[in-house]
Amino acid sequence: MPKLSFAGLHVAQRAPMAAWKAALLRVAAVLLALVVGGLILLCLGYNPLLVYQTMLNGALAKKTARASVVRNAVPLAIVALGVTLAFKMKFWNIGAEGQICIGAIAASFFAYSFDWPSWLLLTVMAVAGFIAGGLWGLIPAIFKTKFGTNETLFTLMMNYIAAYFIQYLREGPWRDPAKNGFPEMPRFAAAARLPSVLGVHAGWIFALAIALFVLIYLRYTKHGYELTVVGDNITTARYAGMPVNRIILRTMFISAGVCGLSGMIQASGANKMLTDSVAGGDGFTAIIVAWLARLSPVGILIVAVMFGVLKKGCASVETVYKISSEFFGILQGIILFFVLGVEFFITYRVQRKKEVK
Amino acid sequence: MAQYAIELHGLTKRFGAVVANDGIDLNVRKGEILALLGENGSGKTTLMNMLSGIYQPDAGEIYLAGKKVNIRSPQEAISLGIGMVHQHFKLVDVFTARQNIMLGAGAHLRIQPEQLCEQFGFHLDLNKKIYDMSVSEKQTVEIIKVLSRGADLLILDEPTAVLTPQEITTLFEILRKMRSEGHAVIIITHKLDEVLAVSDRVTVLHKGKSVATVNTAETDEYALTSLMVGHAVDLNIQRAEASVGSELLDVHALNVFRADGSQALKDVSFTLSAGEILGVAGVAGSGQKELCESIAGLHPIAGGSILMENKRIDGLTPREIINRGVSMSFIPEDRLGMGLAGGLSLYDNLLLKTYRDQKGVFLRRRQAKDEAVQMVKELEISTPSISTQVRKLSGGNVQKVLLGRELNANPRVLITAYPVRGLDINSSMTIYHLLNEQKKKGVGVLFIGEDLDVLLSLCDRILVLCNGRVSAIVNSKYATKELLGLKMTGAWEHDDEEDDYA
Repeated sequence: MPKLSFAGLHVAQRAPMAAWKAALLRVAAVLLALVVGGLILLCLGYNPLLVYQTMLNGALAKKTARASVVRNAVPLAIVALGVTLAFKMKFWNIGAEGQICIGAIAASFFAYSFDWPSWLLLTVMAVAGFIAGGLWGLIPAIFKTKFGTNETLFTLMMNYIAAYFIQYLREGPWRDPAKNGFPEMPRFAAAARLPSVLGVHAGWIFALAIALFVLIYLRYTKHGYELTVVGDNITTARYAGMPVNRIILRTMFISAGVCGLSGMIQASGANKMLTDSVAGGDGFTAIIVAWLARLSPVGILIVAVMFGVLKKGCASVETVYKISSEFFGILQGIILFFVLGVEFFITYRVQRKKEVK
Repeated sequence: MAQYAIELHGLTKRFGAVVANDGIDLNVRKGEILALLGENGSGKTTLMNMLSGIYQPDAGEIYLAGKKVNIRSPQEAISLGIGMVHQHFKLVDVFTARQNIMLGAGAHLRIQPEQLCEQFGFHLDLNKKIYDMSVSEKQTVEIIKVLSRGADLLILDEPTAVLTPQEITTLFEILRKMRSEGHAVIIITHKLDEVLAVSDRVTVLHKGKSVATVNTAETDEYALTSLMVGHAVDLNIQRAEASVGSELLDVHALNVFRADGSQALKDVSFTLSAGEILGVAGVAGSGQKELCESIAGLHPIAGGSILMENKRIDGLTPREIINRGVSMSFIPEDRLGMGLAGGLSLYDNLLLKTYRDQKGVFLRRRQAKDEAVQMVKELEISTPSISTQVRKLSGGNVQKVLLGRELNANPRVLITAYPVRGLDINSSMTIYHLLNEQKKKGVGVLFIGEDLDVLLSLCDRILVLCNGRVSAIVNSKYATKELLGLKMTGAWEHDDEEDDYA
């Protein structure tokens, strides 16, 4: 049983807390984080209440702002759902960033090469994004099952290969000559752009559909059961005669495939072209989203929207108050610190050590 | 009588909602051996961890030689003269005995190891490396280690669990010598015969409370059991009568290596028939684990053959074994490590081997839930609900879930490794009963055991493993504990001075 004594304080495991009480504590942690963020704002010479108000207004008051909140949330949600599949299996897929890039590249190949009707082109692009991302993710999984390599490092390193590959395409083969001198790739033809539904590109429909898929896949299918057992206890999975390697490969293919699909959606829906910032750190932020949501698909949708609000709100604050956009990073870090920190207090209680004299 | 070496008053320790120790009173005199008796989970180890400074009590007082003390760390416990010999040794393998004893001792080293060897009659080569030593020798090193730091209160946590009967006799000799030198000794155990053989007084723990302290001379096994369990228990294990049927399992010249390259099994051959319980005895680590896992298809085989109902199954994976229509169940020793998925619900664990038989993409849990409800009722599994994580159940209930699932599969051969390890007496008796039931149904049972008395009374034949070799296969009607002990160590001409432990 973990136990710690420090400076007269005494840490002990507490009885399991009621679910509503734990939820209340988590909300309190977010509020406390905002208070600390407010203190920083105060030090910078701003009125934190006004700043927060601007943030909320900026993110939610106008229809266009709400649309950009959704645009922010879509890639975070999809990628978080993707990595959740691997995380449930305790396969630490830190390579979403690269899988997004590869998915986007594969989709863009079709966008740049073929002049097909929109429905066909978009379908092929989505499938290509999924398969390419999946194959990219399969590489570390194969090495893991064959040679026992560490997937955390492997997937992380592959991010750089993918990111620099996009840069290579931008500098060389796919460079748009029309942009004389500017190293950029061409914009997609209209047929290769995801249509807009209710004011936002159709990616949000994908996000909802994928959330539903992941929920059902994890909870109600044999595949989901298998990967949960492998994640919980790989020895027991072997003992039960499960084809462990096949499960790892299959799950990682789907996990990375979902991330690759997100890359297609970003390129086709949000950017309408391939850029080297197609992933733009979403692959990492999504990991945080997945964990904050405790790997629950519905939770991921909620947390992703919250992150979308935060990002859009901070952008508004930046224009109104001239506060650097880096403040978004700081605030995000503080919230994360508090939300993860509160888990400690939910599991343990700290008390003053009664001295037995 | 002399002054108490140590006295505990109302010692209490809580872990969350669980009260591990609830107002425990206990005392030991100088020159006395106190046995601390209790089932698993009764709070013995927690109590001793408070004495050795690993845990801090939430309430209560500790008096050492009449003086109130506050033990805040293991270092403090040592400087107060409290020495703990843990169940799992904490020794550096590549060092010699002497180096291990000196290690970290510094100013604490009060008595030279040579002097201790002479004083207590330890037969130990201080220059021998730990990896060359037997379990019993390692234990001796641990004892010398705490004595050399000046301990006059010695606490031994389940010291006999890893020893053969002969080694236990030697250990008890040493403890008696310590008693005559004026040391106070606390020996933690759940084995009644040992309590009666070596202790002066017994303190019994039950559900975290000290329920009684009695003089050993004035009690017997039955009285102690009912104190320990809370009610009277029939301790007799019956050997069920069953007609031995056809040969089910035939293991021939099996050779198996461990991951580190050492040989775990050497030319192991035996057969198991329907309606028979074949026991496997041996010192811990003699190849029992590898034997089970090779048969179950979980450990690679270097040579030899395994036949199940005349089908070769060696070299097959568990899935391939199932696909050949061989029905075998394996209940591993570390149930949450292998066999169950602790983070999953009880009913999800029942699906582990059967989910594949379901058709289609989706998993139907209806039947498993019904099965779980049934099992909870039949095996008296105490759990808040069938959707509780298996990890949160107590050891006995975890074992019942595993055993229940495997028996529901109606196996022809049942392999069980230490099926009662960590279980209380009641649960253990239930398990023995279930195994006998299986035997009567014509199942062949391979029973890896550690308690020789249990092996002798439950099994039909006993196979003794010694360093990975079969040193004997005996009919348990004609075998004795001493014989098994000798075969376990491979010491054929064992010239022990006396055998007063029986």
